[in-house]
Amino acid sequence: MPYPANYRYTKEHEWVDAKGDIATIGITDYAQHELGDVVFVELPKPGARIEAGKSFGTVESVKAVSEIYAPAAGEVVEANGELHDTPEKINTDPHGAAWLIKVRLANPSELANLMDAKAYEAYIAEKNKEASA
Amino acid sequence: MRYLPKSPDERREMLAAIGAKSIEELFSSIPERYRLNKPLNLPPALSEAEIIGYFKERAAENSNGYVSFLGAGVYNHLRSVVTDAIIQRGEFLTSYTPYQAEIAQGTLQAIFEFQTLMSQLTGQEVANASMYDGSTATTEAVLMAERLTGRQRVLVARSVHPEYREVLKTYAKHSGLQVEEIPYAANGTVDEKALHAAMRNDVAAVVVQSPNFFGVIESINALAHEAHAHEALLVTAIAEGVSLGLLRPPVEADIVAMEAQSFGMAPSYGGPFAGVLASRDKFVRQMPGRLAGQTVDSEGHRGFCLTLATREQHIRREKATSNICTNQALCALAATVHLCLLGKEGLREMAQQNHSKAQFALGELAKIPGVRRAFDAPFFNEFTVEFPRSVKLVNAQLLRDKIIGPFVLGTPYPELTKHALVCVTETTSRKDIEKFAGAVRHALEQPI
Amino acid sequence: MKDKIKKASRHTNQSEGLIFEQSSPGKRAFELPPLDVPAADLTKTLGANHRHEGVAGFPEVSEIEVIRHFTRLSTWNYAIDLGMYPLGSCTMKYNPRVNEFVARLEGIATEHPYQPQELSQGCLKILCLLEKCLLEITGMDSITLQPAAGAQGELTGLLLIRAYLEKQGNSRKKVLIPDSAHGTNPATAVIAGYEVENIKSESHGQVDVEKLRGQVTDDVAALMITNPSTLGIFEQRIPEIAEILHAKGALLYMDGANMNALTGVTRPGDLGVDVMHLNLHKTFSTPHGGGGPGAGPVAMKKILEPFRPVPILIEKEGGRLALENVRPDSIGRVKAFSGNFGVLVRALAYILAYGPGVRQATEDAVLNANYIRKELEGVFELPYSLPSMHEVVFSDAIQKKNGVSTMDIAKRLIDYGFHPYTTAFPLIVPGALMIEPTESESRAECDLFIDAMRSIAEEAAKNPELVKTAPHTTRVRRLDEVGAARKPILRWKPAAPRSEAAD
Repeated sequence: MPYPANYRYTKEHEWVDAKGDIATIGITDYAQHELGDVVFVELPKPGARIEAGKSFGTVESVKAVSEIYAPAAGEVVEANGELHDTPEKINTDPHGAAWLIKVRLANPSELANLMDAKAYEAYIAEKNKEASA
Repeated sequence: MRYLPKSPDERREMLAAIGAKSIEELFSSIPERYRLNKPLNLPPALSEAEIIGYFKERAAENSNGYVSFLGAGVYNHLRSVVTDAIIQRGEFLTSYTPYQAEIAQGTLQAIFEFQTLMSQLTGQEVANASMYDGSTATTEAVLMAERLTGRQRVLVARSVHPEYREVLKTYAKHSGLQVEEIPYAANGTVDEKALHAAMRNDVAAVVVQSPNFFGVIESINALAHEAHAHEALLVTAIAEGVSLGLLRPPVEADIVAMEAQSFGMAPSYGGPFAGVLASRDKFVRQMPGRLAGQTVDSEGHRGFCLTLATREQHIRREKATSNICTNQALCALAATVHLCLLGKEGLREMAQQNHSKAQFALGELAKIPGVRRAFDAPFFNEFTVEFPRSVKLVNAQLLRDKIIGPFVLGTPYPELTKHALVCVTETTSRKDIEKFAGAVRHALEQPI
Repeated sequence: MKDKIKKASRHTNQSEGLIFEQSSPGKRAFELPPLDVPAADLTKTLGANHRHEGVAGFPEVSEIEVIRHFTRLSTWNYAIDLGMYPLGSCTMKYNPRVNEFVARLEGIATEHPYQPQELSQGCLKILCLLEKCLLEITGMDSITLQPAAGAQGELTGLLLIRAYLEKQGNSRKKVLIPDSAHGTNPATAVIAGYEVENIKSESHGQVDVEKLRGQVTDDVAALMITNPSTLGIFEQRIPEIAEILHAKGALLYMDGANMNALTGVTRPGDLGVDVMHLNLHKTFSTPHGGGGPGAGPVAMKKILEPFRPVPILIEKEGGRLALENVRPDSIGRVKAFSGNFGVLVRALAYILAYGPGVRQATEDAVLNANYIRKELEGVFELPYSLPSMHEVVFSDAIQKKNGVSTMDIAKRLIDYGFHPYTTAFPLIVPGALMIEPTESESRAECDLFIDAMRSIAEEAAKNPELVKTAPHTTRVRRLDEVGAARKPILRWKPAAPRSEAAD
């Protein structure tokens, strides 16, 4: 699955799609692949504040739970309600329909520190190399 | 040794295959100075007959031939021999936790049936595969309420079993919970005025027991109302599960923590038993312990597997909802078999017998001059009476008639100096009850 | 390839629905003796508390249906009575039947925990003797039999450490846990109010002593160690580890899950361990029963004795035993009543059967594990070279080249008539095969296991799909665990009445 060129990416495998000060956040194809079939997603409610680098929710598969880390600080404006009934969307469309939350960023410039698509692809290529070594 | 399937020849051959000259070589990774060079100082090995002889001697030093009026969290009930015939089957007794579902369907389906029975009994939507016992189930229920509400204050009725409260205290100390006790009213139920005064929007849970430690039935509806008005959860502990054969279940409670010992488990000097946690579907992801779920296999056949395991220690490690690893599977199985044997009508009839005999006993005791009933709210099979003298003195006299008298409430409740908690079950005959009442009367006639 | 499967064959066994599906109003399986007192007037005595009908949905079946139902279910289970469980760190040994017999004796099973202590001397003597035996085995000074399971024992152990340090003025903040540890260790540390700090193992899965030196600060309350480690290797430097901790006022907790490698050969107390728990359902043969009950006694050095949970067994004048419920420094009560007494009885019966000869069981356990290691070395990758004790850990590295994982191999082992070995941990060996045969396995059963594993390795090389889609011969095939977690069905519910279903 290609990594959208206009998104930015974190080392913990989250993606961010920022439009002005509203950012849509999700987890990457690499992350969903590592997790396996997703069974449950725990997300914050609108109004909740998230802090850069801190966990704001979890994505669960049968055998593992992954924390989701905030790439930047802000206030949650929307959580993806569809994931409650169809968490499997995260496996089939992690970069699109399975967005997790929309956030009003406190400081949009924080995103500049994140990787672009090319850097992220290189990053996971390294990870894959390490794993098969 | 009869448990070791090896002959001396086989041991030699296996050592040779390994390439070791002696078994000692296989322990060479233990520094020599820490390797024992003589056998442990343990009692000499016993044959099967001698082992049985040892325990029979210990049994003879216990309470043989006595009739008991003790309840207080552990109850004598009829148990069918069919239950043991089932749980002693090697496929149940000696099987492992059902992590490999394909070869543990027997255990898993039985757990699923247990979960169903416990939900039906307690009037809740879902129940887990059991906890260690009623006391730890109650504690886990409180911790669950803490997680669900994000609050730290807990109001516990003083009429909850004293040992359940002690266990909660032990766990609460290190989790930041503030546990406060709510007194009981003159009729033995929770003092609702005191509860109301203590309620604020920082309470995670209100914890009550019904029937409570004094035997008295609580008004769960009213208590739930009070808790919910402040968005707190109501936890109801149940120590005597047979009561649910006759009493309305606590449907308004958010979490029920029940001791299942009354369903087919012998008193066994206090354990092993099985606790049950039952609650609403919406809370299930915060529920500790194992859960068996129904599913299908790759050919579409119904099967069962452990599920929602991500809450548990082996996956979440430090973020687990609890550190519980075992459930009490074999005890839960005993409860399942027992309840299937009793069935709808049998449980109801057993409960009715308990209640009728307890009422009869109360009637007989109330005839004795100086004995008065305390806490006159409705009860199931336990009730409190007040003697004109210390219960310990009365009980000492009763022992001479080979009667183990009622629980001395003054021990955990110092203000109840002459109060006794009497328990009567379906196993107590009319003759025993009359003999008990006669012995109490006689004891009270003795000079102090 | 079919003759390679020697331990199991196809078999017809009974199907069985849920007991609720066989229910029919009016059937009964159990009758009570008639009521011998007047029936209470429930409207008067219970009022609104009265539940007017029986429990909705409760089964109504006959005795034979109950017997058939559960007997049929039982035939779907694997069990120790049928064959080996090579599960690492589980110690699935034989559950002696005399233990079941004595636990059920009249006068043992029938005793109430609140009955007068003078009528319970038999029970108390059993507790007393078990305490003495376990102290001798562990080399410790004091013990509590209260905890209901290993995990609860761990918690009790950490609470003892906390209470001791608190009495000294500072309960400290952190507990160090090796990355090879069992999942209950970190979960327990958090419940005891501590932060978990991971300590990385060195290349053989042992505690990295040099790293430890750096990590033990005044903020560290304890290190939780498993010995032998979860790789089955003896932690040789444990006395040094104890010294490092003690020098900084911290304590050494030992997870006793692997005691089956040590009993009668060495004693944790002699090695410098301050406190440890035992799993009676592992080392001491009490039955797993499909997942419990167990018991997790905690043995400790004298410094921790004052903090033991209540009740505490004491000896009074004239040799009378008693349980004391009030102790000023006690951490409190961890469970109602006095421990899982029925489990304690079984453990004592086991110890009495062996006596001082219990070392032989340990030797046979280590012999079996090393025999299997020798025979499978080269067939599966051995990630380290240090000697194994009672369990051996391989990895699936060789088979992974063909896409076959440890989970696949484990599932294929089922077709050969065995329960799988442990696949889920230790986390430090990716693709681990953790194998512990215990002393209860005969040479013949070990050989059957070795043959099966060799055959599966061959299949992984020549016919990987067969292994990846296993098991093939079980009553149910691989179950949809994902579906079970997404849309949990956790109880039976009666079918909706027709009119609703039609809508």
